[in-house]
Amino acid sequence: MSQALTIENLVKVYQSGKVALKGISLSIAEGDFFALLGPNGAGKSTFIGIVSSLVTKTSGSVRVFGHSIDDDILKAKQLIGIVPQEFNFNIFTKTIDVVVTQAGYYGVPYRQAKEQAEHYLQQLGLWEKRNETVRFLSGGMKRRLMIARSLVHQPKLLILDEPTAGVDIELRRSLWVYLEKLNQQGLTVLLTTHYLEEVEILCKNVAIIDNGEILVEKSVHSLLGDLTGETLILDVDSILPEAPKLEHFTCRLVTPDSLEVDLLEHQTVNELFTSLDAAGIRILSLRNKFNRLEELFIRLTGHTVEDAV
Amino acid sequence: MINWIALKTIVRKECVRIFRIWPQTLLPPAITMSLYFVIFGHVIGSRIGLVEGYNYIQFIAPGLVMMTVILNAYANVSASFFSAKFTHSVQELMVAPVSEWTILLGYTLGGVIRGLVVGAVVMVVASFFTHIPIQHFFSMLAILLISAWLFSLAGFFNALFATTFDDISIIPNFVLTPLTYLGGVFYSIQALPPAWRVAAHFNPILYLMNGFRYGMLGVADVSPWLGLFISIAASVFFAVLCYVLLKRGRGLRT
Ligand SMILES: Nc1ncnc2c1ncn2[C@@H]1O[C@H](COP(=O)(O)OP(=O)(O)O)[C@@H](O)[C@H]1O
Ligand SMILES: [Mg+2]
Repeated sequence: MSQALTIENLVKVYQSGKVALKGISLSIAEGDFFALLGPNGAGKSTFIGIVSSLVTKTSGSVRVFGHSIDDDILKAKQLIGIVPQEFNFNIFTKTIDVVVTQAGYYGVPYRQAKEQAEHYLQQLGLWEKRNETVRFLSGGMKRRLMIARSLVHQPKLLILDEPTAGVDIELRRSLWVYLEKLNQQGLTVLLTTHYLEEVEILCKNVAIIDNGEILVEKSVHSLLGDLTGETLILDVDSILPEAPKLEHFTCRLVTPDSLEVDLLEHQTVNELFTSLDAAGIRILSLRNKFNRLEELFIRLTGHTVEDAV
Repeated sequence: MINWIALKTIVRKECVRIFRIWPQTLLPPAITMSLYFVIFGHVIGSRIGLVEGYNYIQFIAPGLVMMTVILNAYANVSASFFSAKFTHSVQELMVAPVSEWTILLGYTLGGVIRGLVVGAVVMVVASFFTHIPIQHFFSMLAILLISAWLFSLAGFFNALFATTFDDISIIPNFVLTPLTYLGGVFYSIQALPPAWRVAAHFNPILYLMNGFRYGMLGVADVSPWLGLFISIAASVFFAVLCYVLLKRGRGLRT
């Protein structure tokens, strides 16, 4: 299968001296649904900025369907659709003009641009708002407008920078459904996110980025398979004076009536229960301390996805 | 290399902007120029005799048109491109496969169009006050077009470096306006004391103003061809400069 995006040793040092990307390499196959997962400040937007020509790279190479952004930038740009993290509209423009104008920049003739604009505005539920100026659109509408704008020239690679950050649950789910549909129609999708749920539900492959470095790049499925052991929270039916000392398990007292237990790879919940039973402790309920990806993330980076170092 | 559809798109967007905000773009020159014609033409001009064979209102008309064209072309491009930077909507262009020449040409054509439209408005206003002769139509049009383009390019250059809205008002207020006034809108430099007359020759706007006056009235203090040459040379200089800066992403890419 051909590669939609190939990145080699990408380095970005901002003028301030900040090293935002420390030589990252990664490759995304055509048809993939790829997540770049990392906390705030990890370098996700810098990465997207370089691929979409908004940020100048310090060194390294970027190829979009084989077209290098150094030698063949116009071809590379033509194949990409981009949804930035922050709204970047001229808010006095009419909704439909935003999309038609963007199509024109990509070389789509006016008449065809209008047809395609209508198609995508319909799909994203914005057709009724076509004659409204952008400043009167709600946040969710603006977000959808950015997606319509990014698709109007029919790119082969769609790049979305935190498309669901600060978006309400309902819209988030409908965007997921829409992106899934586009991907099934053959569009390669790359999104950045710090929502683990989004990656788990939506993506085929994932790269975890922290502090300008890629820590791991593999399929979401095999990443979850790597998870060895987990941490459980158990609510008990009595007040415990201290954490019980079990033979094969490490327990910590969270509150007097709840425990945290590390379950290792080869251990089963049955064994844990037998052990607790023997110690005379009765369990009311049990849950995972972390979402599974979160657990992985912490092991890889030493911190949660919410708080960057 | 020019992307024609993208170029048309930029020019269309610029025209939509000019006519959408007409109270800011088209109305002020019409009002200001009416006042100029009333005050300087009628009230004061009636006490001044003929200047180079024309009555005073006719003599100042070409200078007022040129001044309006220059300032409006400059203002259009600097304001429009700086706003695009300020709102980050310039990213819509930067991510698309649009060459630097296309961006530069698109925005500056917007400035030329604004310049021509307001120039025409001022001509119409002037014609309410006096008969406007046009002696050399094509020279007049050529110098008008090239001057409008030159100041559009200068406005673009300004916008590339600007980081606040103040940065795009400094040059028009403190450089362009004084130079146009001193460039002989209201007088023939022959009327100046010798030292001032020499100094006036260092003002590039003098040449444009006189080139245009030659086109309309057939009279000029300096050779109109020099005006044309200077504006072409300066345009090429600014065009190349802006191209290089755009290519490097000056003020656009981090
Ligand atoms: N223009 C800039 N100048 C200097 N540092 C920057 C600039 N933009 C981003 N950074 C820094 O680079 C790092 C990566 O930022 P960014 O790519 O925006 O991360 P993310 O999108 O993952 O939150 C952060 O530490 C950020 O502060
Ligand atoms: Mg970001």
